[in-house]
Amino acid sequence: MSASVAKPSRQRSPVWWPAIGLLILIAVNAVFDPGFLKMTIVDGHLYGTPIDLFNQGSRVMLLALGMTLVIATGGVDLSVGSVVAVSAAVCAQLIVRETALPLVVLAALGTGLAAGGINAVLVARIGVQPIVATLILMVAGRGLAQLITGGNVVIFSDASFEFLAKGHVLGLPVAALLVLALFGIAQLALRRTAAGLFLEAVGDNATASRFAGIAAARTKALAYLACGGCAGLCGALVAAHIAAADPYQAGINMELDAIFAVVIGGTALTGGRFYLLGSLIGALFLQALTLSMFYFGVPPAVAPVPKAVLIIAVALIQVPRLRQKLTALWQRSPANRKATS
Amino acid sequence: MNLFRRQLPVCVTAAILLILYVSAGFVYDGFFGGRVAANLISDNAVLGIAALGMTLVIFTGGIDLSVGSVLGFTSVLTATLITSAGWPPLAAWSVALIAGTLMGVLFGGLIEKGELPPFLVTLAGMFFARGLAFAISTESVPINHPWYRSLSEVHVALGDFRLPLPGILLLVLALAVYGLAHHTRLGRNLLAMGGSESSARLMGLPVSSAKVAAYAINGALAAAAGIVATLYTGSGNPATGIGLELDAIAVVVIGGTVLTGGRGHVGGTVLGVLILGVIQMGILFDGRLDSAWMRIVVGLLLLVFILLQRLLLARSKT
Repeated sequence: MSASVAKPSRQRSPVWWPAIGLLILIAVNAVFDPGFLKMTIVDGHLYGTPIDLFNQGSRVMLLALGMTLVIATGGVDLSVGSVVAVSAAVCAQLIVRETALPLVVLAALGTGLAAGGINAVLVARIGVQPIVATLILMVAGRGLAQLITGGNVVIFSDASFEFLAKGHVLGLPVAALLVLALFGIAQLALRRTAAGLFLEAVGDNATASRFAGIAAARTKALAYLACGGCAGLCGALVAAHIAAADPYQAGINMELDAIFAVVIGGTALTGGRFYLLGSLIGALFLQALTLSMFYFGVPPAVAPVPKAVLIIAVALIQVPRLRQKLTALWQRSPANRKATS
Repeated sequence: MNLFRRQLPVCVTAAILLILYVSAGFVYDGFFGGRVAANLISDNAVLGIAALGMTLVIFTGGIDLSVGSVLGFTSVLTATLITSAGWPPLAAWSVALIAGTLMGVLFGGLIEKGELPPFLVTLAGMFFARGLAFAISTESVPINHPWYRSLSEVHVALGDFRLPLPGILLLVLALAVYGLAHHTRLGRNLLAMGGSESSARLMGLPVSSAKVAAYAINGALAAAAGIVATLYTGSGNPATGIGLELDAIAVVVIGGTVLTGGRGHVGGTVLGVLILGVIQMGILFDGRLDSAWMRIVVGLLLLVFILLQRLLLARSKT
């Protein structure tokens, strides 16, 4: 067993790498565009590209938060993009009917929880593969969103609801604060109790964790519920952001961005360990990448190409065997050999 | 397990298709007949050809989310080569087929050598190919080649059953893939690896090369579907096939192939395509139903078949 004798491959917290990547990206942008880091205060609100980054990235950050929990159990949730569309449609229809704001937000959350509940039953109770189980809602959800809006884009104007995505509290954008608050709650609930450990145990080996007395099915179900809830709230943010619900475009490809953010953040797709902070940084990294591609004039339609190459590179670095090979190459290089001999 | 039990999902698929077709025929005037039957086949040729490749990948226990994008990429590539570069269509088709195959080899190689999950690699592949498609052209490219015009006249006629070229290609490719999957060593290796990859490796089967071959053939079929799309619409559009991978996966599962791999039938995939076609045609004939129902019905059918598979697997274990 040479693998177990080899040096431990994880010397630093995996959150280190996406953080460095984000810093490099910001530095590159700052060099080419000195105005990048400039922040101004207008009407008591903080404005500037870094704040923009947080504000624009908040939606994917929110999805990545829930997705991290699901991926920690060794699963994946492909339905979040469609759930965002359904939840946005529900919000828009309620607002057009002049429902009170708290009710609208609760409805969005409820929609997400219901969707998460369906996924949870299929995965945790019936034992369907996560990719397959969540594929069902991914397909059906968009149809549902179209039914709710009657196939149209529902446009509304409601200042208090749009405040969710555009407003400021203490000079900071509401959406970003909301995500940070949820992150804080999740971090406390998972890392200050045994819940996080249970999640990792289930993701590492569901059978073993069940024998160890962990309610594996219930733990999995809770992860899918949390993920659905995040997607539901994200739907409200998406609707508030554009003051409309578009059943065709809302949340499209967002499940991919969320999964990528989690992967970049150092959470292994095989489950068993997770880094909530890493996922948030991963989401910010993706947003910064999009922003800088805008800046360097890459057409938006072509922008996915560098994104895809980057994702694969990051995922390859995480594969233990390939990392060992790379380390071996480095140790065999002449310069290094001289130093060690 | 006897033969009937083993092919039960395909039998269920066939029964559903029959029930849907017959009931639609009784409800809507003019649903029975050669015209509609020919349209059912040729209107779904693009999806069907892509689903054939997807079947092979799912046999191995993998999944390919990139087919829709590869299809869009090859369709706009073909059209650009013919219209802007003035290439003869056959040369453009060859380049498109090679490009699709190479993409499949790339994805398959990353999955096999890089030990990455198939859905992640092909998800990135989906972004990659779609980005390349828009890099070639951001708009639809029309094809005005005389050869294309004469190709649109090609058909096989049997009374008022008049099957145009896309439909013919679907049937021919379906036969070829059926032969490959169920009557060659490669096909058996794919199913064996989907059943249990470690057992297949221990038995000395060439798992690595077979897996890459599955993705390569899938890439080639996606490219073929892209070419058929240019035949069908007379143009190449970089946005062709957005979301098509979902329909392809749904069709394969509705066709009775188990998504964990190792069990299934190419014939079921063809039946699955026809089921989707009948639902679509029924909604079209009805005129009152929202097209949103299409997605919901497909989702429900997926659910039914996945539950059916769980039931069968649970029973075969005891």
